[in-house]
Amino acid sequence: MEIMLLEVKDLRAGIEGKEILKGLNLQVNRGEVHAIMGPNGSGKSTLSKVLAGHPSYEVISGEVLFEGKDLLELEPDERAREGVFMAFQYPVEVPGVSNSQFLRLAYNEKMKHLGQEELDPLEFNDYLKEKAKIVDMDPQFFKRSVNEGFSGGEKKRNEILQMAVLEPKLAILDETDSGLDIDALRIVAEGVNKLRSEDNAIILVTHYQRLLNYIQPDFVHVLADGKIVKEGGKELALELEEKGYDWVKGAAR
Amino acid sequence: MVLSTAVLETQFTESFKEKIAGEKDAGMRRLREEAFAVFTEKGFPSQKEEEWKYTNVAPVAKEAWKIAAMPAGFSSELDEDAVRLLQKFDLERNGFTALNLAFAEVAVIRIPKDTIIEEPISFSLKGESGNAYFPHTIVIAEAGSKATLVGVYDSGDNVFTNAAVQIVVEDNANLTHYRVQKDAQTSYHYGVTEVELGRGSVYNSTNINLGAEISRHDIDVKFNATGAEAWVDGLYMLNESQHHDTHSSIDHAVPNCVSHQTYKGVLNDHSHAVFNGKVFVRLDASGTDAYQQNKNLLLSNDARVDTKPQLEIFNDDVKCAHGATVGQLEDEELFYLLTRGLPENLARNLLTYGFAEEIINKIGVESIKNELDEIVLNRLGTEI
Repeated sequence: MEIMLLEVKDLRAGIEGKEILKGLNLQVNRGEVHAIMGPNGSGKSTLSKVLAGHPSYEVISGEVLFEGKDLLELEPDERAREGVFMAFQYPVEVPGVSNSQFLRLAYNEKMKHLGQEELDPLEFNDYLKEKAKIVDMDPQFFKRSVNEGFSGGEKKRNEILQMAVLEPKLAILDETDSGLDIDALRIVAEGVNKLRSEDNAIILVTHYQRLLNYIQPDFVHVLADGKIVKEGGKELALELEEKGYDWVKGAAR
Repeated sequence: MVLSTAVLETQFTESFKEKIAGEKDAGMRRLREEAFAVFTEKGFPSQKEEEWKYTNVAPVAKEAWKIAAMPAGFSSELDEDAVRLLQKFDLERNGFTALNLAFAEVAVIRIPKDTIIEEPISFSLKGESGNAYFPHTIVIAEAGSKATLVGVYDSGDNVFTNAAVQIVVEDNANLTHYRVQKDAQTSYHYGVTEVELGRGSVYNSTNINLGAEISRHDIDVKFNATGAEAWVDGLYMLNESQHHDTHSSIDHAVPNCVSHQTYKGVLNDHSHAVFNGKVFVRLDASGTDAYQQNKNLLLSNDARVDTKPQLEIFNDDVKCAHGATVGQLEDEELFYLLTRGLPENLARNLLTYGFAEEIINKIGVESIKNELDEIVLNRLGTEI
C-alpha cells in the first residue's frame, strides 16, 4: 500500500502556553485537495503554522507524519526541502532581495537536496518565465524586491508563483483568498488548479466558501475549538455557507 | 615607528616647510600657512570634543606618516572660483580639515553650463603603505548641467587618507555623487564633503563605507536657494574591530527644499559605528520637506552603534520625519525564507545582503555596484 502523504494524529498544539489545537486528526493522500474551514479562532492558522514549523508554536502532544516520517522533528527549511510548502496569509516583504534571486536560491537548494542539477541565472530565468504564466505574472516582478510594494493580490500571486517554482508535494494555502478582489481571486485560483496534480496534495485553509467555488475540494473539514467537528465532500462547504458556523460550533461543545 | 603626538607635529612641521617652499602661488601659500597654524593649535581631534566623543583617532596621530604625492594627473590649475571655494573651506572644523588644506593637492572639476556628461567622472586613490594622502577635490556643476561623480578610496595596508571634497551645484544642475571607501582594514580614513546647492538643483549622493580600521566621514549640505533637493544616503558595513563615524549636517536655510537621508549600518564582530545626523530647518525655511532615517543591523552581541539623529526646527510650515533603529534580523522575515527551503545561515545572509542592497542598489554605475555586491557577499561568506 502507498504511504500516506500527510497524517496528523491527535495533534495538540498552541502558542505562549495557550492550547489551540486540541486533538486534531487529518489524513491527506496524493492527488487530493482538502479544505479546512472554520470560524476565527478555531485553530486554522495554528495548524498551518505548526505544519510549516513556525518557532513560536509549540506542539504539546500528537504526531505528524509526512510520507511516514516524523515531520515535527524537522526544521522549517528541512520540511520545505522535503516538499512542504505554505503560502502565507500575509506574505513577508524582503527589501533589497530580488524575486528572481530569492526564487533561484530556493529552487537550487531543493535541487541540491534532491541531488539534481542547479540552474544558473539565465537558465533559471527561462524556467521562471514559464512558471509565471501560471499566475499571469509580468516578468517585471522578477527584478523587484520580494513582495515589496506589491498589492495584496500581487503578493498572493507571488506565493502561488513560488509554489509553482518549488513544486511541493504538499501545499498549505493559508487564507490565500483573504483580501483579494474577485479578479485576483480568480487568477490565484486558476493558478492553483493548474498546479493540482495526481502527485501532490493541497490543503486550503479558509474562512469563506468563496474560494471553493473556484478550487473544488475533494474533502471539507470543519474546525471548531481546535478539533475537526464535521467532515464531508464539497457540498459541506455550501451547507456551511448557508447555515453559518454557529451550526457546527455546537458540535464542538 | 610610533611617535608621540608632539614629535609627530614636529615631523609634519618639517614636511610642511618643504610643501610651502614648493608653493608658488602667494594666495595659496597664505592659505596653507593659516591652515597649518590651525592644525598646530588644534592638533588631532580628541574625544573630549563633543563631535568626537565616540571616535578615538589616537592610533592615526601616533603613526609617523610620509606625506605622499597624489597620482600624476590628479592636481589641476586653480581658477578664481576654486580659490574662492578653498577660502570658504571649513578648516576650523577640526585638525584633520586644517591638515588637509595645509597639504592639499587640489583637483578642479568643472561641468560646463547646460552640459550633460553621460560618462561618470571618476577618481580613485590606491595609496601605499606608510603614506599619507591629502586630496582635495573641487567640483563645480554649472547651471543646468548634469553629471555623475565617482570617488573610490581603495588604499592598501597602513595608509592615512585625509580627503576633502567641495561641491557647488549651481541653479538647476543635477549632480549624482558616489563615494566609496574600501581601504584596507589596517588603514585610516578621514573624509569631508561640503556641498552647496543652487536654485532648483539636485544633489544625489550615496556614501559607502566598508574599509579602514578607523574611518570618519563628515558631510554638510547647505541649501543656498529655493526648490533644491538633496539625497544623502549611506551604508557602513563593518566587521572585526573596525570603527566608522558619519557626521552629517543638512541645513535648510531657505524655503521649499527637500532632503532625504537614509543611512544603514551592518555591524559584525566587535565593530563600532557612530551616526550623528543634524538637520536644521531655519526660520525662513518654510515648505521644507526633510526626512532622515538611520537603521542599524547588529549581527553580533559585541557590535555597538551610537546613533543620534538631531532635528532642529525653527519654522512651523514644514514636513519633517526622522528616526533611528538598532536591531537584529526580523524573525518573521527569517521564517519566511526558511519555509522556502533556504538553510538558516543562507537565509540570514540573504536578509543582511538585502538590508545593505537597499543602499547599494542606488548606485547607477554597474561595474561599481557589482563590485560592491561582491564585497558584501564576501563579507557574509556567501554566494548568491
